[in-house]
Amino acid sequence: MIIGLDVGGTHTDVVLVDSQGLVRQVKVPTDIDNLFDSVLGGLDEVSKNIDVSRVSRVVLSTTLTTNAIASGHLDPVGMIVSSGPGLNPEIFRTGKHYYCVQGSIDHRGREVQPIEPTEIEAIASHLRADGIEAVGVVGKFSVRNPCHENKIVKILGKSFNYILAGHRVSGNLNFPRRIATVYLNAAVYSIYKNFFDAVSNALRAKGFVAPILILKADGGTVSLDASLQYPGQTILSGPAASIMGAVPYASENGESIVMDIGGTTTDIAVLVKQVPLLEPLGIEIGQYKTLIRALKTISIPLGGDSVIKVKDGVLDIGPERVGPAMAFGGSEPTPTDALVFLKKMESGNFQKAKMAMEKVGGLLGCSPADAAERIFSEFCHRLTVVAKDMVTSINQKPVYTVHEFLESYQVSPTELLVLGGPASCFASKLSEVSSLPVRVVPNARVANALGAALARTTCEITLFVDTERRVASAPEESFYKPVDDRFSVKDARELAFSLLRTKALQSGAKMEDIDMEVTEELQFNMVRGFYTTGRNIRVKVQVKPGLISEYKQITSTEA
Amino acid sequence: MIKAANKTGLVFFPAFDWAISPTHPEREERLLYTQDQVFEEGLLDVDGIVEFKPDMINRDDIRRVHFCVPDEWAVTTESHLLSAGGAKAVGSAVLEKKVQKGFALVRPPGHHAMRVVHGARGFCNINIEAIMIEYLRDAYGVDRVAIVDTDCHHGDGTQDIYWNDPDTLFLSLHQDGRTLYPGSGFPHELGGPTAFGTTINVPLPPQTSEEGFLYVLENVIIPVLEDFKPELVINSAGQDNHYTDPITNMRFSAQGYAKLTEKLSPDIAVLEGGYSIEGALPYVNVGIILALAGMDYSTVREPDYDFEKLRQSSAITDHIRKVCDRVMDYWQEAPSLREQMLDSGGITERERTIYYDTDNILENQKEKIVVCRDCPGVWSVESWTDRGKRIYAVHIPRKACEKCVDIGMEWYEKTPFRHFDIIFLQDRKNKVFKSRRPS
Repeated sequence: MIIGLDVGGTHTDVVLVDSQGLVRQVKVPTDIDNLFDSVLGGLDEVSKNIDVSRVSRVVLSTTLTTNAIASGHLDPVGMIVSSGPGLNPEIFRTGKHYYCVQGSIDHRGREVQPIEPTEIEAIASHLRADGIEAVGVVGKFSVRNPCHENKIVKILGKSFNYILAGHRVSGNLNFPRRIATVYLNAAVYSIYKNFFDAVSNALRAKGFVAPILILKADGGTVSLDASLQYPGQTILSGPAASIMGAVPYASENGESIVMDIGGTTTDIAVLVKQVPLLEPLGIEIGQYKTLIRALKTISIPLGGDSVIKVKDGVLDIGPERVGPAMAFGGSEPTPTDALVFLKKMESGNFQKAKMAMEKVGGLLGCSPADAAERIFSEFCHRLTVVAKDMVTSINQKPVYTVHEFLESYQVSPTELLVLGGPASCFASKLSEVSSLPVRVVPNARVANALGAALARTTCEITLFVDTERRVASAPEESFYKPVDDRFSVKDARELAFSLLRTKALQSGAKMEDIDMEVTEELQFNMVRGFYTTGRNIRVKVQVKPGLISEYKQITSTEA
Repeated sequence: MIKAANKTGLVFFPAFDWAISPTHPEREERLLYTQDQVFEEGLLDVDGIVEFKPDMINRDDIRRVHFCVPDEWAVTTESHLLSAGGAKAVGSAVLEKKVQKGFALVRPPGHHAMRVVHGARGFCNINIEAIMIEYLRDAYGVDRVAIVDTDCHHGDGTQDIYWNDPDTLFLSLHQDGRTLYPGSGFPHELGGPTAFGTTINVPLPPQTSEEGFLYVLENVIIPVLEDFKPELVINSAGQDNHYTDPITNMRFSAQGYAKLTEKLSPDIAVLEGGYSIEGALPYVNVGIILALAGMDYSTVREPDYDFEKLRQSSAITDHIRKVCDRVMDYWQEAPSLREQMLDSGGITERERTIYYDTDNILENQKEKIVVCRDCPGVWSVESWTDRGKRIYAVHIPRKACEKCVDIGMEWYEKTPFRHFDIIFLQDRKNKVFKSRRPS
């Protein structure tokens, strides 16, 4: 048996599945100020009267880190940043304890200027004096050569609770994002660790023996232990849970748009042959642009409970939500009221919904029925436009080779999958507006928790080979290997796959779920003077986001 | 976060799968380290810096500018079409006001490609700036354009294309032609009789440094642009004046390029040459992008940059001052000389030999132009190569008078095939581009 739990803004959804399919589904209200109780409450409810020692896997998706960032409840972090030539690193200051230091590395990983150990020692004593417990160390081009970051980490010693070096968070080049990513990981570390230590202890006390996995923003899972090192990976895992929930019902050969229509927001994503598209670099949250791997999603402030306004005779929906729909005891008209009034939604107080539509109709100068139809139609149009724009922008992604330009893969979705509370009410209208067949994901109300339950472990490896400098490196893994000039792109691919397999197993994957692919592969001859002096090879491989192999059997009984 | 003062569009097309030959300076690896630097600096995340995808240009885009022998496809590869398409995409974004500034970071380059194209010269097959400009003229009604070519090599291709066009100012500063390919670009090269003075050349001595380049900017480029009043300023932004460039002898730097870009403030910059792929390009390109975007570039410098060591001698400073004085004298005198030539009228001819170093072709040309008071004048060129190709090509200018149109049509239709394999017509006025070939 597997338990999947997804904490949302309003509800926490929990499912229990076994080899026959969905056994139990539970919805409990989320208490933002006490997520621990929400999580434990949900788990208690779903596991009532069952032998919890038979649960083989527990997957949790929470808003813990996302909320901490949104509310600014972050730990102070000491940041030590070395940049060298380029933009002024002061631009990327993360807070008070931000130190720019000597030392620089160039694009090939060659040392341009050494670090100054006494400078670091002085900073370390400042940080200790200020009571800082989490420290981030980031160098420009550290993914090409982490020696400066490593030296600084060594000098910092053991007197800090958490130290994270930039080359460990991603193999991608982007110094400002590396700074932000390291900062966020360090800033949520203690909150994350305390929370999950408590959850883990509570579950053990209740008799759970199953491994606990955490859902990441890229729609993959990672073991709780492995996640403690990089808690930032869990930021914005919420949209990922829903999208993974739609995966088993998506076309195996075509492309699909997924819409998770919630109360406050709608998240939109694109699947290609059941595999969700990823952000090229990483998530953006608030003012932070990061290297945290994430599914490519667009979140728009448009949901069933968005407030309806009329300004100068023009209808507007959202962006804010002030509470539930009037039909459910709220004070402002919402799209949900339109659904109730139009009898597309069975629950809800019809009289209150009618009052809501009369209010809107009065402002628009039309009948309540016309008002409801206009709201309904406007809502579906807005979602369709955003989804189509998203596809257009995916297709306009820059390419850097003639081959890619000529072959460039164009996404053209052939279906729309909807899930979330009011999803089924919008299905036929969305189909009419978008001219795409629309399907409602089975168990649409808890598909997010199902997605979390069934998501497989994902990870990525970036391998960089410079045969002139005679080194192959995967900095995220602290992997370095001397190579000779015969090292080929094929060797690189094999090495990358083997590193990826190891990493996936360490992160909690099962062998049969490690579905690997090459996402980038480039090889350049390096010519100096008139001679080829080496090869520069870049290979990026990933375990594709997807569901664990048992899912087919489980979900086939639902479809 | 950081924000660009000028909204700036980039097309980055490094053609990672295209080279002239494996060890040629124009090879796959050329923009690799520039990409690394631009990505690592996070420039594409800056609010106000937008990346566009290149277009692929079509046959008419080429035919507005070139006479390709035997045809467009024979002298280009997809990479050329995308490189020019990158410039076109950036130019369109600027003209459509999606961005204020644009930079096409593309390869292969184009500024040695002349009007007639038999093959590649100076690593160039088709002229990407000219293809962009003529497209922008047709699509957006742009008229007066200035091209400031800051590549270390004389932009002889662009000069040739605009030799007889009084509405296009071509201004090139480059290492003295007596010391570097292509060996042209002297101050007395001032344009054809109807466009006399709108070609300007400032040859600079080897070892010219930041001071010298900025002197030319202040004392020639800026005053000339103020007089000419272009609607659009294009910078052919070659980066081979850099002190580490392997095939030139100058002492320019990333700081210098950024300052030049900031003060020149071109609407559109297009990458040309620059072959110090590790020591210069990563830093120069970051400097140029920041300067275009109106951002602080003061901390962008090469790891081994030393301002004092790179300074030019006082003899060079004196020499540059004299060259600039001479160029400015010509600029002042050119209009009255042009008047005299227009008074004389008639037909002017010139003969030239052009060497295609990349493809090893020798071409001879005989050009004639009607010196017309009412328009820039119809012109034609006979061209024959040591490979045995002979063509005749007629260009009717955008603003041709009716008489010149008639003359051009007669040249095109009545010239017998006896001596020629192909007869081309490039009628910019009526946008007709065609050729006659013996059946």
